[in-house]
Amino acid sequence: MSGASLRPVADEFRVPPNLTDYEAARASFRWEDARDALAGLPDGAGLNIAHEAVDRHLTGERATRTAIRWLSKSDDVVEISYRELGERTSRFANVLDHLGVAPGDGVFLLLGRVPALYVAALGALKHRAVLTPLFAAFGPEPIRQRLELGHGRVLVTSRRLYERKVVPVRAQLPELAHVLIVDVDGEPPDGTLDLTALLEAASPSYAIGPTDPETPSLLHFTSGTTGTPKGAQHVHEAIVAHITTARFALDLHPDDIYWCTADPGWVTGTSYGIVAPLALGVTMLVDEAEYDTARWYHILEEQGVSVWYTAPTAIRRLMRAGDDALTGRDLSSLRFIASVGEPLNPAAVLWGRDTFGLPIHDNWWQTETGAIMVANFAAVDVKPGSMGLPVPGIEAAIVRRTGDEEDPEAELGVEILHEPDVEGELALKAGWPSMFRTYLGQPEHYARCFRDGWYLSGDLARRDADGYLWFLGRSDDVIKTAGHLIGPTEVEGVLTAHDAVVEAAVIGIPDEVAGEVVKAYVLLYPEEESTPELLRDLQGFARKRLGPAVAPREIVVAKSLPKTRSGKIMRRLLKARELGLDEGDLSTLESDVDDRSHGVTPGPDDEKGQT
Amino acid sequence: MTTDELRDVVLDALTRIAPETDPATLGPGEDLRDELDLDSMDELNLITALCQRLRIDIPEGDYPQLRTLDGAVAYLERRVSAATA
Repeated sequence: MSGASLRPVADEFRVPPNLTDYEAARASFRWEDARDALAGLPDGAGLNIAHEAVDRHLTGERATRTAIRWLSKSDDVVEISYRELGERTSRFANVLDHLGVAPGDGVFLLLGRVPALYVAALGALKHRAVLTPLFAAFGPEPIRQRLELGHGRVLVTSRRLYERKVVPVRAQLPELAHVLIVDVDGEPPDGTLDLTALLEAASPSYAIGPTDPETPSLLHFTSGTTGTPKGAQHVHEAIVAHITTARFALDLHPDDIYWCTADPGWVTGTSYGIVAPLALGVTMLVDEAEYDTARWYHILEEQGVSVWYTAPTAIRRLMRAGDDALTGRDLSSLRFIASVGEPLNPAAVLWGRDTFGLPIHDNWWQTETGAIMVANFAAVDVKPGSMGLPVPGIEAAIVRRTGDEEDPEAELGVEILHEPDVEGELALKAGWPSMFRTYLGQPEHYARCFRDGWYLSGDLARRDADGYLWFLGRSDDVIKTAGHLIGPTEVEGVLTAHDAVVEAAVIGIPDEVAGEVVKAYVLLYPEEESTPELLRDLQGFARKRLGPAVAPREIVVAKSLPKTRSGKIMRRLLKARELGLDEGDLSTLESDVDDRSHGVTPGPDDEKGQT
Repeated sequence: MTTDELRDVVLDALTRIAPETDPATLGPGEDLRDELDLDSMDELNLITALCQRLRIDIPEGDYPQLRTLDGAVAYLERRVSAATA
């Protein structure tokens, strides 16, 4: 199952790794020490992420260093020093203050990767507002839902995104008091303000107020199998874990040129695309453009990237492009590559070694964990295909849930599986600094994530005899596509809003680039005819509301959907059927599914099918 | 295949991927990804569809040439005529 491990050669390290002796670090590391090593706000006024990431650099030599080197779509390069970032973020915090935005209020960002995004993110944290960056490829419906659930009071966005994606839902968002447009160019659209003008009028100095480490900082939305997206609430203390893990798992050093390719709309792009690198004082690259093979190699070379944190989907695209794309390139600045989002296949790890002379270091974490929890490290053997070992300070276990969740009287617990190579659920001992503190407005869901002091990740894994963890799948129906989680009900809800659709079931099907892609099965009203035009209309309907990142890539009509006796759609059965069938053989699928279920009140055979 | 036919092939492929859009309203030099809200998976699917439809192979390095409607048509014209020459 596991090929040979890749052993790092000490002589080949260009800089000494932050973590050289894994076992010793595990034994000696204490979160309290990591916390004490941070500057903290002056006069013991607490711990604030923006202070650690920006303001604390302003008094020393680092003030003049480039914090953000921004590459625009049209190949402009804009350098923002730590000092400039300090001033701009202070201006933004003052703008919030003038607007009457209070600490604790929700500030949402809906932007491409432009400098204003980074300024607004850190300025909001200075002001102790609760920050939610949204993915700009979301459609109006996911945007509305998240703004509503997160009580968004302020939205920072562009004219284009506002007009396309916010205007259609603005009337449904009474709590959204201020929309700040970053690129007005003339008169701001009705009901919005010109952020550039506001920033110019604001003072460039802002004293961060007292920030208890437990003060809410970021609210990141994630998807579960059922219901609405869940807002995982993080606190300022998370910075302790961001810094620690960036040093250990990304081997970040202060002089690095660092490129995290993730969008801040996802947790990786915030924890490791804004907070951690700036807190360590590195120069971080931000590329406005979307993935492009030649562009990416060009950036790695020309910018002299030393540490690169990317995702399996992008790595597989690069692999597809072949070695020709690399001809004549000098990528010798690179010294560490890491990947996150979904398990990195062994071939990709080895491709990194063969192509760059560096294995790609996979790591694992979730929106809820706030920071990397399990990783392959620079100075530790890499087992291709494994997510690695727990970061020092993190205790991981493979567990099995005990007790019947349906029975309110039952005692719910976990059984820890100590034997190697046994499949179970990956659990983490609760209490690390970047652990989420609640699901906003859904405390009962939060409580269900913990048992006997363990956080239950919902990911199935095994641990080998050497302690390495191997991802096996999700324990629920959440879909992992291009490194992002998509909740099936969110998609199903939009599909069934279409006039022709009675019911919908959404699953992830394997895809060689994205890992999984979203596929939908829809049940039409009897009078509706399944035509290519209807399917196309439905596809457009879904994309318009959900955006390309969430909408199904494929929609097929089913005659019925398999269900449990209680009426829950058996997505797993659909998926098993899907994987066992030839692609595109819908007639078989339809009749197959039809044979085994009978609409809303299926027979007992349905339960047997669920394996 | 004529230029107009190739343009129809591209528009048809775009409409299949993003039926909510009207690619016919695209400006000649506008970035398809921005204008039609396509993500990188959409782009990959578009190019795969064009490869299948026209029985050509498009290397990754050429993708940037297909990011506008006119660019895509011009690129495909060159490739298709080279393949049949």
